Amino acid sequence: MATLTAPRIVLSRADYADSHTLSRYLATGGYEGLRKALTMFPEAVASEVDQASLLGRGGAGFPAGRKWSMLRKAPISYLVVNGDESEPATFKDHLLLERDPNQLVEGVIIAAYALQVSSVYIFVRGEFALGLERVQQAVNDAYELGALGSKILGSEFSIDVVVHPGAGAYICGEETALIEALEGKRGFPRIKPPFFPAVAGLYGEPTVVNNVETMSNLPWIINHGGAAFAALGGGRSTGTRLFALAGRVNNPGVFEIEMVKNTFRDLIYDPQLGGGVIDDKKIKAIIPGGVSAPWFGPDLLDLPLGQDEVAEKGSMLGSGSIVVMDETTCVVRAAWRITKFFSRESCGQCTPCREGSGWIERAMYRVEHGGGRMEDIDLLLDLCDNIAPGLTWPPQQTTICVLGPSIPSSVHSAIQMFRDDFVEHVTNGGCRHD
Amino acid sequence: MSHFRIDIRQRAEEVLALYPRPRSAMLPLLHLAQEQDGYVSDEGIAEVAELTLTTPADVRGTALFYDMFHLEPVGRYVVSVCTNIACLLAGGDELLEHASDTLGCAVGATSSDGLFTLEETECLADCNFAPCVQVNHRYVRTTTPDAFDTVVSQLRAGTLDHDVPPHGTLIRVRRAGGLHAPRAEVAAERSVASAAREARTPKEPK
Repeated sequence: MATLTAPRIVLSRADYADSHTLSRYLATGGYEGLRKALTMFPEAVASEVDQASLLGRGGAGFPAGRKWSMLRKAPISYLVVNGDESEPATFKDHLLLERDPNQLVEGVIIAAYALQVSSVYIFVRGEFALGLERVQQAVNDAYELGALGSKILGSEFSIDVVVHPGAGAYICGEETALIEALEGKRGFPRIKPPFFPAVAGLYGEPTVVNNVETMSNLPWIINHGGAAFAALGGGRSTGTRLFALAGRVNNPGVFEIEMVKNTFRDLIYDPQLGGGVIDDKKIKAIIPGGVSAPWFGPDLLDLPLGQDEVAEKGSMLGSGSIVVMDETTCVVRAAWRITKFFSRESCGQCTPCREGSGWIERAMYRVEHGGGRMEDIDLLLDLCDNIAPGLTWPPQQTTICVLGPSIPSSVHSAIQMFRDDFVEHVTNGGCRHD
Repeated sequence: MSHFRIDIRQRAEEVLALYPRPRSAMLPLLHLAQEQDGYVSDEGIAEVAELTLTTPADVRGTALFYDMFHLEPVGRYVVSVCTNIACLLAGGDELLEHASDTLGCAVGATSSDGLFTLEETECLADCNFAPCVQVNHRYVRTTTPDAFDTVVSQLRAGTLDHDVPPHGTLIRVRRAGGLHAPRAEVAAERSVASAAREARTPKEPK
């Protein structure tokens, strides 16, 4: 049975039909966190977040407090919020942007105050037209309320927040590509080092980039204290987290549950969560953290939903998206479609990614559609190995950003776990699911 | 002579004022160009280049990187059907095929009446309503072929005009408010705050 005793931190008002309005927000404790934060020293606010040990909710899982403290040595120029959620089957930030934009804006102001930054850009994925409108409305409302602008809420702190629309490019979720897009260029990830925009970010100046869900946690953390947040979850994975469950389940959706206290099985089968697999079919495989992550078989369903727990088994919790594939699923087709996605979204800067994604996609297409040869199976593994040598997880890096080494995950997993399915495709000259 | 209408030009200038460097306004301005013309026209590109202090070639090169910018005319309604992993598992490919039949155009093409352009798209982050469909980047949540056909007839009849504006119109909420204090004043505020913080921080012995 799932453990569902933890409070809802970021989805506390998502059930109200008018959860996105300022009136609902103010009636449910809105802007109390900011008012409290403004009575504290900025470094005390940052230290609450540090104490919460809030891991960044974007995908890499880097502690938000540490991201901030690395910067405290130099004054920061910009805070950029990453709302470019595009990892396939991840749809939690979409929910937060549309359903609780005021909470995001309050979180952003708290972060800006802690970092003493006056210039903030909220980068929202272009395809989220409604999300863009609602965040812009929340920003407008905050100016009206005096929570944004000059000397906010009677304090000595001034801040400006700009909502910036993206235009459809997966790679802009990578923080340096996002900064390039914000500078009006193609979304090409920047060469590392420097590894962090904290050193050289927007316009070459020190910049902090944080995810939407990370920011949305801040009002609660300031209201209840970092210790209360850290008391939830376990190990390094503190607090609650949004999990986006999709695929062959009865009740797909975004669920806020305590980290570590629940397992993949709880999330998929609990009647209050995923509600089990469609038609009670058996699970064939799951993708534990976005399509960049290596797959798990049904033997790992009892693994707790924690960052380190999943990492120990050779994958990642990543963006918090879990895709369930059951016995009716053609894994070859699934892996081919994921590779097609990467091939389409590769920015084209690095050869292993630009060429490799296309090669793998074409070989996978041929296996799935009846033109496959037996030697294609090992050829595919070799291609994968050329992009991420050794096929370990975390992967070896051959490219500027992590998109490249993420390409092999699905194909490698599919061949490793279901080689027989590939052999069957080649022998039968196509897919029996067609 | 400006290609942008007076209202679009005014909004463009408001956008430019939000960034320390004009080039940063590139994506929002391209969205505005697309809002006016329904696609990113050569004249729109020229105007964006002028406003961002770049060249038309540079603007075109940037716009081509982003899926949402159409550099050739498209239908009034751009219908995007997702076939990525979550939608694949829910019949996205079948829905895309059905959409092609209903709209009477191939994937990537525009219907002969110029009303619809059909696209196969990557994940739209609405996977609990898979297969996911957007029209002009508004979620229509039609997961079955019948529901899809209903939405298409509603679009034809114009009854969804409020929810689904013509292609190119992205954000209908205008920015209101802003930090009206001069930048120098804010910078002075910041340096006072940083000196105060310095004074609070215990000095480490060297």
